[in-house]
Amino acid sequence: MNLRLVSAQQSVVQERPTNARPFISLKNVSLAYGADEGMLTLDRVSMGVGEGEFVAVVGPSGCGKSTLMKLVTGLLPATSGEVIVDDNIVHRPIKGVGMAFQNATLMPWRTTLRNVLLPLEIVQPFKRQRRRKRAEHEARAQAMLDAVGLGPFGAKFPWQLSGGMQQRASLCRALVHEPKLVMLDEPFAALDAFTREELWGVMQSLWLQHRFSAILVTHDLREAVYLADRVFVMSKKPARVIFERKIELPRPRTIEGSFEPHFIDLVHELRGKITEARS
Amino acid sequence: MNASVRERIVRQAMPWLLSALLLAGWQLASMRSGISHAILPAPSEVWQAFVKYRSALAEHALHTVVTSLIGFFLALVGGVLLGLAVGAWPIVYSGVYPLLVAFNAIPKVALLPLFVLWCGIGALPAILTAFSLAVFPIVVNVATGLATIEPEMEDVMRALGARRDEILLKVGIPRSLPYLFASLKVAITLAFVGSVISETVASNEGIGVLMMAASSRFEVSLVFAGIIVIAVLAIAFYGICGLVESRMAHWAFRARGGQ
Repeated sequence: MNLRLVSAQQSVVQERPTNARPFISLKNVSLAYGADEGMLTLDRVSMGVGEGEFVAVVGPSGCGKSTLMKLVTGLLPATSGEVIVDDNIVHRPIKGVGMAFQNATLMPWRTTLRNVLLPLEIVQPFKRQRRRKRAEHEARAQAMLDAVGLGPFGAKFPWQLSGGMQQRASLCRALVHEPKLVMLDEPFAALDAFTREELWGVMQSLWLQHRFSAILVTHDLREAVYLADRVFVMSKKPARVIFERKIELPRPRTIEGSFEPHFIDLVHELRGKITEARS
Repeated sequence: MNASVRERIVRQAMPWLLSALLLAGWQLASMRSGISHAILPAPSEVWQAFVKYRSALAEHALHTVVTSLIGFFLALVGGVLLGLAVGAWPIVYSGVYPLLVAFNAIPKVALLPLFVLWCGIGALPAILTAFSLAVFPIVVNVATGLATIEPEMEDVMRALGARRDEILLKVGIPRSLPYLFASLKVAITLAFVGSVISETVASNEGIGVLMMAASSRFEVSLVFAGIIVIAVLAIAFYGICGLVESRMAHWAFRARGGQ
């Protein structure tokens, strides 16, 4: 019965125009560490991410998922293969990508609001306008904080906030310049279970509002199923994509929904693939 | 609440209490032990010497303060520039760092004859000695501050499209500020050490000169008065640097202490 459900939803997906031309595509991308190139971290990885698509990458720990993020953003050059973002081959760091990590990596010397303003001081066209449109930029950052429930805390320093609040601020910083591409490297991993589930909701509503393309690296399969349109399962090192699953659950998804049978079936299916990958 | 206030008062009173205790012990020892006062004068005699020679002490101390501060500020400028270069470019680090360690290992007294040879007798060798002692902790700390930037922070900046100089300006320099201010406390006291050492060897002015002159006239109580003046000055400037530190990099203190 569940199988039927999934296949019915997949046929719906094929009509979606966002997947017609991938916004990001990796073609046989390999990465070797060290001069002898003996240690392959990624082995001929191919994948595509549509414009405005939310993709999750899961896999055994230490399989090079974070490396994948660095490749896509051009922070690391690929040893072979091609990374194409927005019709351009990536040679150097691409500009204006929003990033969030397991650590909030906020600057302790800036207030929370000024932390969120950071991308507007670097990314064009905001950088050019930042003297003229200072008030406008601050309003934009404040609106981001309001959206994640941090409205009254803009003047606080990050170290005066709890871990969950810091992570919210970090998401604001990743999104304030309305990037087309957002990289999320286990951004919720260090949080307690309740805060984590709460932030899934925050993340989802931000995505529904801004519709950026996102790549989320995570260990948490429920998180992957909750947030993503598509989940990729990587093998252990050298990492390859061994499985791909479209998640066609209606949005907005809810925590209650994550306890329903077909959600759990999806999690179990992914878990099975990872168990295979580890052995 | 009440207990913590009392604890704070006690903690602030401790250095004064300990100093008073040491002075009392010293006074008692020099009165009772039978050691000649020409060798170990009592604190009361040191105080008398201090009062008697206060204008000379003030004049020479001012000279020492000026040379120390000039050396310190030169070390500050040079140390920050070199520290930024060493911290920002690995290639500079690998070239400069071993030389810095070697330079730091040289006793600066050994350089004094050279300084005197090049600059003559006076304030200049004192400034150079103060500089050469004070510069090392500044370079090391600024470089350390830069080197300990979280890689993720750099990734965030690079993925946004920040240039190298933007990363240095927005992350590197603020990040190394607490390290810089921590090093200033050490550097200022080292600057005093440097200028006094130099004065004892090659100068006509300064607290070091005064002490050498006093010791050659067996005015041991004046030597002690000079020592105490230097110590008080060092503490004062250490305190000023500490104050600047807590003002300029308050986030580093509070971030460590939590909420």
